[in-house]
Amino acid sequence: MLAYIVRRLLWAPVLLLIVAGIVFTLGHYGPGDPVQIQLGQHYTEERAERIRESRGLNDPVFVQFGRYVWNALQWDFGESDQFQNRGVAELLGPKLKVSAQLFLAASLITIGLGVPLGFYTALKQGSWQDPTIVSGSLVLDAMPVFLTAPYLIILFALKLDWVAVSGWGGFFSPQIILPAMVIGLPGVAIFTRIMRSSTLDVLGQDYIRTARSKGVPEHVVNYRHVARIALIPILTLIGFSLSGLLGGAFIVELIFGVPGVGRFALDALFARDFPVIMAISLIGAASLVIANLIVDILYSVVDPRIRYQ
Amino acid sequence: MSLARESSKSRSDLVLSGVGPWRQAWRRLRQKKIAMTMISIIVVIYAVGILAKPISTHSYSQTDLFHTQEGPSKDHILGTDRLGRDLFTRVIWGVQTTVILTIITVGTGGIVLGVTLGMVAGYFGGKTDALIMRVGEVVAAFPGILLVILIAATLRPRIVGWTRDFEDWSNFPDWSPFGGLVESGFVDYFVVAIALLPFAWYGMMRLVRGQVLAIRNSDYIEAARAVGVSTPRLLFSHILPNITGTIIVTASAGMGAIAGSELVLSFLGIGVQPPRPSLGFMISDVSGRGTAVVSVIQNHPEQLLAPIAVIWLLIFSWSLLGDALNDVFNPRTR
Repeated sequence: MLAYIVRRLLWAPVLLLIVAGIVFTLGHYGPGDPVQIQLGQHYTEERAERIRESRGLNDPVFVQFGRYVWNALQWDFGESDQFQNRGVAELLGPKLKVSAQLFLAASLITIGLGVPLGFYTALKQGSWQDPTIVSGSLVLDAMPVFLTAPYLIILFALKLDWVAVSGWGGFFSPQIILPAMVIGLPGVAIFTRIMRSSTLDVLGQDYIRTARSKGVPEHVVNYRHVARIALIPILTLIGFSLSGLLGGAFIVELIFGVPGVGRFALDALFARDFPVIMAISLIGAASLVIANLIVDILYSVVDPRIRYQ
Repeated sequence: MSLARESSKSRSDLVLSGVGPWRQAWRRLRQKKIAMTMISIIVVIYAVGILAKPISTHSYSQTDLFHTQEGPSKDHILGTDRLGRDLFTRVIWGVQTTVILTIITVGTGGIVLGVTLGMVAGYFGGKTDALIMRVGEVVAAFPGILLVILIAATLRPRIVGWTRDFEDWSNFPDWSPFGGLVESGFVDYFVVAIALLPFAWYGMMRLVRGQVLAIRNSDYIEAARAVGVSTPRLLFSHILPNITGTIIVTASAGMGAIAGSELVLSFLGIGVQPPRPSLGFMISDVSGRGTAVVSVIQNHPEQLLAPIAVIWLLIFSWSLLGDALNDVFNPRTR
């Protein structure tokens, strides 16, 4: 197992470096000359040269790349093109906080609903609850965000008047509920399905029958023997769902007016603010890689079968 | 019990009567009512998309400020949007955008790239396999939508610039039948297809690789190799037919997924650019402007529902068809 973890730990930084390389290459060669864009009609050869010299744009590309990575490691992503003289990191900080909170709330909904529902349906296999909950969650999954978001706004904000239509009030404000639901609910179906099938798998194991025949009380069997083991595949799913949730977050932040990273990235895109786009891509990829790394390592710790393979 | 015996009897009849595997698959598929319904829906939607020009009743970009936000009428089947453009026409042209992009992306990325790389990785193994897998991991390291945004943001201006240079140099718009490449939207399709490619090939590659690994050491491959069959022939006429089922199932699921990604891209405004309609842009035009969506839903719900209904019918059909195809081609799961 140690060899496996070491291999993963060694590969992750390489992967991140390649990712940074792709981001840097696209940002460096893609958009054209940043100095020319920045100067616009005030462009003269002399001024451009001065800016290039001061920003180190005349150095060889790999030196610039090295500097970019080195600075990024210290949470410095250069200056924004859109907002003069403001660091990308400084602009990005608050947005990241908002998005992280929204993401956490959405994950709580997805996992908090999906896992118990899946466990419950597995225990109730063969009764009417099982197909009802499974098909109900599939309907939730199939509902387009573009439809649920506006109708939830109409229902909760206008008809019931429980929350404001849009905006952001922090993690503990009721305003977070609607966007978090819209991002989180589609994922419930996946968690329900996986938890259900993994619980059924465990229920069929011999040691469960042994425990029952020993006279262990039903709830102890269910929670101690079954649930703990059935939760293992959920770990992998959490790593995967990170990426999916992010896609939903872009749309939802736009519709609900949440000042998060998704909205910021789009604004940066339309303002051609490449340092910001590069930073967001890099942070997004890095968090996904690190999350998957943690999940994989946890997985091999929790499930001994993987260790010995 | 008797039912089971009957079905197994009819299956052995099929084998004995010399019916090929494709015919068998088709017969099994034809018995599934859901699958056939989904195929009909998909065929109709794709036909409408391809025939957008003859079907549409108006111009998709012609605004008419005297007739904005109108409900359905004889002249405008689905009514008009806030600029007075015919909704029905715009939905049809939006479908065309989806049709073109799903076919291009799944065709080139999923089928050509994914299958070839998967077969190469699975069959040759070793360093080639490691290289292809590592490249895939790098692509998978980006959270989906971010890579698309990055590619669209950085490559679009470059590609548009190059194309304009080419047009200036060659006077292309003067002699081409559909005008300039940039004007005709060709460049847009190209950029969006490139942005979607990374997702299209990776899943397919992994599945194909796994399948090839599983059958690489089977006796008949060994026998073919012993007889001296060349490697390309071995790959394409001995291994490929055996994994076609997997490829079809994955491609069918991929069509729905790519249609969804394209929708998100256009919704965010980085897909195909106006004036050319796309369903995602139509949705964002109604619901992406904050609370204005409420008045639209209360007064003109068809403006939001029409594009959503079409795209969701399509995505749903692809995914149900994918399930049915999986039942047909993977006998073990039946």
